[in-house]
Amino acid sequence: MNEFWKKRRWPILGLAVILAAFGWLLFGGLDKNVIFFLTPAELLAKGPDAVDRPVRLGGQVKPGSVQWDEKSLDLRFVITDGAGDVAVHSTGSPPQMFRDGMGVVVEGRVGADSLFRASSLMIKHSNEYRAPAEGQRPQEMYRTLFKDQPK
Amino acid sequence: MHSIAHADPIATPSARWAWFGIFALLFLVFAQVTAVMISVPDRDMGHLQKIMYVHVPAAWTTFLAFFVVAICSLRVLFRGGERDDLLAASAAEVGAVFNALTLALGMMWGRPTWGVWWTWDARLTSTLVLLLIFIGYLSLRAFVDDPERRATWSAAVGVLGAINVPIVYMSVRWWRTLHQVQSAPSTLDPAYTLGLRLNAFAFLFVLIFLIRRRYEAAALLRAAEHADDARALGGR
Repeated sequence: MNEFWKKRRWPILGLAVILAAFGWLLFGGLDKNVIFFLTPAELLAKGPDAVDRPVRLGGQVKPGSVQWDEKSLDLRFVITDGAGDVAVHSTGSPPQMFRDGMGVVVEGRVGADSLFRASSLMIKHSNEYRAPAEGQRPQEMYRTLFKDQPK
Repeated sequence: MHSIAHADPIATPSARWAWFGIFALLFLVFAQVTAVMISVPDRDMGHLQKIMYVHVPAAWTTFLAFFVVAICSLRVLFRGGERDDLLAASAAEVGAVFNALTLALGMMWGRPTWGVWWTWDARLTSTLVLLLIFIGYLSLRAFVDDPERRATWSAAVGVLGAINVPIVYMSVRWWRTLHQVQSAPSTLDPAYTLGLRLNAFAFLFVLIFLIRRRYEAAALLRAAEHADDARALGGR
């Protein structure tokens, strides 16, 4: 018994430490610190506390809310999670998958006027990969930037 | 004691393994061509979906390689053993290459689809940490001269590093990330699933072949180390 412990002390202690760390990761409070973005409802719940602080906001592009001016690269849309809506203003060409209903994450600050000014715009794609339905063509907004766009 | 001619008979290069390597390479070509041919452009990302056939298998083989490191390292810690040590080192090295490949391919996929090469979400960050740990593992092995100490220390790091594998895998479910959760056959069109499965096997074969070749090389190096030791002790 004593011999056993002497020989295997370090591996066993090491394993115990590893298991403890793993348990802490799983059941500890880490999940609150590793959130990549807030949902619109979470951001709205912060109220004035959120104003003018750098934050990431994620949700879906509210269908019908997109206003895109391809001459000035001015993009306005609403991010929704069903429980709350936040209006977003962004400049620059959006990623090619940007469209109604797509998941997006924006980085920026929300102003006192409750408009979110985004400095960057990322797409959060779902885990679904499907062939398009017969005759379906994705609406690719960035194509409006090209003169010879196929209509 | 180890004899000077200690060339692990199991680790001797053989024609059978060379044929397996040729098979693995041909199967990889077949799987890639088939997957690209049978998959129509995805309704959201078009042809970019095809990066799935290299990025996802690379990630899976990374996990598998580090799982081998974990098993071999535990065996080293609890029973000792030269072969387990060498196999762990070989799997770690090949795994690190696939880990880097996963990150590089993921970045190439992320730029056109997400809009960014990189972002610090839990999935991307933990995958990078995994790579750094195993680069550390390989550096540690290079720095420690005494084979027995090298085996024990690197086994400890190997187990610690492999703990990160389930964390990387589950990160998209445990935490809110930019990276989407795992796809499943229910979220993929059948053609995409078939293409992915074919390439998963292709990458598996390549992984086995590379770990095997690395293990043969490691065993030869170890035999040379033993020969040096014997000479230093006055043998011939």
